[in-house]
Amino acid sequence: MRRLLQLALAALLLSPMARVHAQERVEVWHAYRGQEEEGLRRAAETFMQANGDLRIVLVAQPFGAYASKLESAIPTGNGPDLFIDTHDRIASYVSAGLVLPAELPDVPAFEARIEETHRAAFTVDGVLRGYPLSLKGAALYVNLDLVEGEVVALEDLEDLDLPADTFGLAMEAESAYWTSGLFAAYGAGLINAEGGWGLGTEGAAAGLTQLLGLVERGVIPAESDGALVNRLFAGGRAATAISGPWLAADLPEGLRWRVQPLPIVEGAGGEPMRPYVTVEGAYIAERSSSPEGARRFASFLMLGPGAVIRAQAARQVVTDRDAWTSLEDDAFLQGFRAAAARGTVTPTHPHMRMAYVPADRAIRKALVGTATVSEALAEGAHRFADVTRPLPDPVDSTWGMFFLGLLLFLGLAWSIKRLRDAELREAIRRSVPAYRYVAHAVLAVGLLVILPLAVGGATSFYAGHGTDMYFVGVANYLDILSARGGDLLGHGSFWLVLVVTVLWTVLNITLHLAIGVALALLLHRPYLRFKGVYRVLLILPWAVPNYVTALAWKGMFHLQYGAVNTILVELGFEPVSWFSSWITAFSANLATNVWLGFPFMMVVTLGALTSIPKDVYEAAAVDGANAWQRFRLITFPLLGPFLAPAVIMGSVWTFNMFNVIYLVSGGEPDGGTEILVSEAYRWAFTRGNQYGYAAAYAVLIFGILYLSTRVLAGRKEAGAR
Amino acid sequence: MTGEDQRSHVLVEIGVHLILLVAVSFALYPVLWVVSLALSPGDAPEPSVLPIPTAPSLTHFSAVVSTTNSEGALLFWRQLTNSLLISLATAAVAIGIATPAAYALARFEFVGAKAGTRTLLATQMFPGVAAAIPLYLLLNVANLLDTRTGLILVYATSAVPFAIFQLRGAFEGIPKELEEAAMVDGATRFGAFVRVVLPAARPALAITALFAFMTAWNEFILAATFLTSEDMYTLPIVLQRYMGEYDAQWGAFAAGSILVSLPVMALFYLLQKNLVGGLTSGGVKG
Repeated sequence: MRRLLQLALAALLLSPMARVHAQERVEVWHAYRGQEEEGLRRAAETFMQANGDLRIVLVAQPFGAYASKLESAIPTGNGPDLFIDTHDRIASYVSAGLVLPAELPDVPAFEARIEETHRAAFTVDGVLRGYPLSLKGAALYVNLDLVEGEVVALEDLEDLDLPADTFGLAMEAESAYWTSGLFAAYGAGLINAEGGWGLGTEGAAAGLTQLLGLVERGVIPAESDGALVNRLFAGGRAATAISGPWLAADLPEGLRWRVQPLPIVEGAGGEPMRPYVTVEGAYIAERSSSPEGARRFASFLMLGPGAVIRAQAARQVVTDRDAWTSLEDDAFLQGFRAAAARGTVTPTHPHMRMAYVPADRAIRKALVGTATVSEALAEGAHRFADVTRPLPDPVDSTWGMFFLGLLLFLGLAWSIKRLRDAELREAIRRSVPAYRYVAHAVLAVGLLVILPLAVGGATSFYAGHGTDMYFVGVANYLDILSARGGDLLGHGSFWLVLVVTVLWTVLNITLHLAIGVALALLLHRPYLRFKGVYRVLLILPWAVPNYVTALAWKGMFHLQYGAVNTILVELGFEPVSWFSSWITAFSANLATNVWLGFPFMMVVTLGALTSIPKDVYEAAAVDGANAWQRFRLITFPLLGPFLAPAVIMGSVWTFNMFNVIYLVSGGEPDGGTEILVSEAYRWAFTRGNQYGYAAAYAVLIFGILYLSTRVLAGRKEAGAR
Repeated sequence: MTGEDQRSHVLVEIGVHLILLVAVSFALYPVLWVVSLALSPGDAPEPSVLPIPTAPSLTHFSAVVSTTNSEGALLFWRQLTNSLLISLATAAVAIGIATPAAYALARFEFVGAKAGTRTLLATQMFPGVAAAIPLYLLLNVANLLDTRTGLILVYATSAVPFAIFQLRGAFEGIPKELEEAAMVDGATRFGAFVRVVLPAARPALAITALFAFMTAWNEFILAATFLTSEDMYTLPIVLQRYMGEYDAQWGAFAAGSILVSLPVMALFYLLQKNLVGGLTSGGVKG
């Protein structure tokens, strides 16, 4: 015990002491990397030289956790003073009370130097809530050795005289973000002005049909992702590319290229492609300890010398008109500025972020050919309606309180009744020495594991977006279990996903066991050479973090440069588009997880094998049993008791194996390979932060696992008797 | 042994090695891709069957190792230290909490033992996604956000249930007579536990510690939520920083991944003997 105390003390001492405040500290959060991070750092240094009373502390956050981190940190007073993010989250930031109004020292200058649309992007209900800093959007990169002059129309890219194996246009055709320009030329956006599905128009269908034609005729490569776009353009194998400013950093010295706005679309009556443009801005965080300092720094970044520094060092397309007078010779930035001027500022409607996934999936379906253009877009509309369905009506929480009270009362009554039992009291008295051994574990696990899980589970009775939640009783459960009013085994329904999850778990565990036991038996052979080497190498998949290897596997299943397809082609097969049909996508997930999981079963089996006495085998050999009979009649039954717990544990882990599904197939095609836990994650993070709904999924997962392990254990006990 | 027997014996041996070699290549192939990506100067792998970099260079490694914070201090080493301290402390605290509890479950009959075991197993079934926000609020109340201590407590307690199962299985495998003999010689129950049972369970303790270490070493969702300053970051957060909204720095990510994996690989190598004997997972019966 004393050791433990010392350890806890040491751990406490290792944590940082209270920070010393010399100057006023302004903490700035951002998710920048590379030159953008460097540019911001330089701007902060310049600012501090002129403002000695303020100390700007920049904190780089991982992009993946950025929004949810702001959401939890700011309301509890642990947030930054200032944070940099795009404008399209502003609605949720304002409704969650995360941002203070922006106050300007010089309003006329602001209005003269920042364009109206950029100011409007940060204005909610007439109040300016952020400082517009820079524009993020797509432009057209042109390879000057392959294309002469300006690219005027998208259709011109079909008639280029290009070497073999070279594409007219490299772009991520399956992504709604990158194709938004084409849709906009046809007058369609992902959502319409009311926040409804925007790709249901004839224009959207015409745009998608044209895109499909471009892919079919080989102008645009099929199934390309960002890495492929980079590689094709950098390698001179694409005449043009639609990409963002970061592509420039990956282009080799010898390549001659320039940047221009996206072309017009003749098929759309000569309208230009108007890609979504997001405006990045600085927000003053609610509960900031230094809002005035933060405002000064934000103004410096927006209109002060900070704008020029950001343009020059961070290569950002800054919003300040005056900054551009010093950037006239900068063809790259001017190109992106012209491209952004043509773009559409991304709508701030909260449904916007929920439209990307349904739109991506609709586009992919049409391009892969598993659905016609109109079918794909109609399905997209359904998916969108599903995730943006209205939240259930609030329920008077007194009912919830009443049931909670009733439950507590019954529990208390039951405990008192049991405690009256003299035998039990005696048994408890005899248990006291054992309690001395378990008390601290009960306390620690109860406080830090069970309490948070119980609170998390309780949020399943609430609905809402983000932290803004209200009591709805069991409405979330009813909604989930009734497949949101649709077909019970329809797309994305709880029951269909459950079937997939069970199939996923059963196949994984079967393969883990088969491979693990087989390899263990081989490794257990006496006098096997290199036993130690084999063993270490076979455990390797276990030692590398699974989010790393899951991404490596995803890369191996890539259509164009994945190793699996390269091998298939070498062997004379056609390359397989792994993530466009359910069975191949599911197999890709399965291969990854089998690879991750077999070492555990192998090691458990190896341990168990050492405990089987050798003389049993000798006796069997004397009796003339062959190898298979020895395995079936001796080894396997003896392994059973050792493997059963590992199988239960492994099943629970596999059932909730979020990383592999999320990182390898990402649910493709069309959400078909999602499992329950990844659905829960999607509701929590990509479908408008419906934490209550996600929690209901989590509770259902828990219920299923708990009941099935109870049933299995009951069977085992019955069998043992 | 006849000549024929010997020949078939050799054939079987060759077959065994062939199967094992196939399995080893299956196990190694994806890892070698990560290595190749880390050693290639670009950011995308070349399409080829064998993961061999065409122009190997260490630029990604040096870029990862030499990142600095706004004061110019080297961040990577500080973050490596954080990861090591947090993971080692997690292992120590988890073992400290789990060992006595597992011993009690293995040796004593007491009221609540069965319910407790079931509850422990149940905690493994609840998706962790649901607990992140309540944990955040809890750490906030305790003033432990953005500290190593807070993260250690959270990691250690989440590693405790599995650790208890592991160790209970191991303790059950140790003959009771050993302790009884010690107690006859005048040792107290606790003394016998510390001086007799624990040394006998050393392999299982090592493996359980390794598992707890890995829980902390690889975790990034909670770490990314609870830690708010770069000086406090653990390595998995640093890796996540290479994945942006539109583009990813694959080369740096791969190089970082290898650096993150090396310590765990080393531990696996050192503990592989214990791994085989120590991983009983024997106690997951509720």
